[in-house]
Amino acid sequence: MSVPLTLLGLLEREPSHGYDLKRDYDAYFGRSRPLRYSQVYATLSRLARDGKAIAGPAEQGAGPERRRYVITDSGVADVERWLSEPAPPEPDLNSELFAKVVLALMLGRSAGSYLDIQRAAHLRRMRELTELKKHGDPLDVLLAGHALYRLEADLRWIDHTAARLDLLARVVRG
Amino acid sequence: MSAGGAPVTAGRPALVAGKQKRFIEARGVVKSFGPTPALRGATVGAGQGEILAVMGPSGSGKSTLLHCLAGILAPDQGEVWFGGRRLDTLGDDRRSELRRKQFGFVFQSGQLVPELTAEENVAMPLLLGGVRRAPALAEARTWFGRLGLDGLERRRSGQLSGGQAQRVALARGLVARPEVLFADEPTGSLDSVSGELVMDLLTAAAREHGTTVILVTHEAMVAAYADREVIVRDGRVSSLTGAEP
Repeated sequence: MSVPLTLLGLLEREPSHGYDLKRDYDAYFGRSRPLRYSQVYATLSRLARDGKAIAGPAEQGAGPERRRYVITDSGVADVERWLSEPAPPEPDLNSELFAKVVLALMLGRSAGSYLDIQRAAHLRRMRELTELKKHGDPLDVLLAGHALYRLEADLRWIDHTAARLDLLARVVRG
Repeated sequence: MSAGGAPVTAGRPALVAGKQKRFIEARGVVKSFGPTPALRGATVGAGQGEILAVMGPSGSGKSTLLHCLAGILAPDQGEVWFGGRRLDTLGDDRRSELRRKQFGFVFQSGQLVPELTAEENVAMPLLLGGVRRAPALAEARTWFGRLGLDGLERRRSGQLSGGQAQRVALARGLVARPEVLFADEPTGSLDSVSGELVMDLLTAAAREHGTTVILVTHEAMVAAYADREVIVRDGRVSSLTGAEP
């Protein structure tokens, strides 16, 4: 899953401090793998350097210096493009699929359209693997079968999620 | 094929060179059962020789769409076309004849006649089409070897496993060399190995004979055998991939 694009997506929702971004990222996307603060600030610096976000002036408070980050139009375009593209259909994608659906719901974009293009990409890959299974040697068949079952599991999740988008939207938007 | 007696593919036009666009097609089909709408303007088509998967959640209308395309159900509104001819306006007799001569069917389960042997079940479309018993049974038997059913010709459906029964049903769906095979959840009652075998055989036979297949399934593993898939949601059809024929 792309951490920079996920953080950008959270920034599109509202301008945020690094602390807020880490909290929200961990709550929504990083439950088993929370981000380190150093990773958050390094990513925000790169996003600012690349013109995807702008760092506000330093805010003095009781703790360390803080800056509020604001997404730029270029950053919004990156998020929009990312959410409208299927992820490469490979096993172990769940975290990226999950992040895209949640962010799309959070930002009021069409999670249903995203799920449709992801479903199509998965099925395209499954067709290729099914063809490989017909003509490959026994080891190819075994490997293709394994990949097919993993992709099928993703597709079941996609269908399950597509049927519950309204409920999920209410949860994500609070 | 020639099994003697009456030609079993009587009425079937020769295959045209190249794939005919929209060989079978539903245009804006609406169908309700009492107050419950099943299809709300479904439009979908398959080219000649194409294997089209129709996917969708339970209750989405995909089986109703198959039944309308096959002329089993008449749409309330919209049109169904087959081979350049309007199908939905034909009378019951003509539609019945079309189903018998040019369409084949495979359903999920429970479709074999229990009183008949496996070979009699397979021969049934030929017998109904006017082929005499001996050549019809001889032709039916040729399918047993192809589908890995050797030795099961005289068994009745109760003596077959689910996978064997489904392959017998597949043979019955294909024996009269239909132009379109309608398959509704053809692996729905099978384990994954038997289901895979049925799909391998179904697609190989369809490719060999240039048969168009309308494959209704909610399983991605089955849909992956198709050339293209569409999804039915709330009685309407969305194309997921690729250009339509």
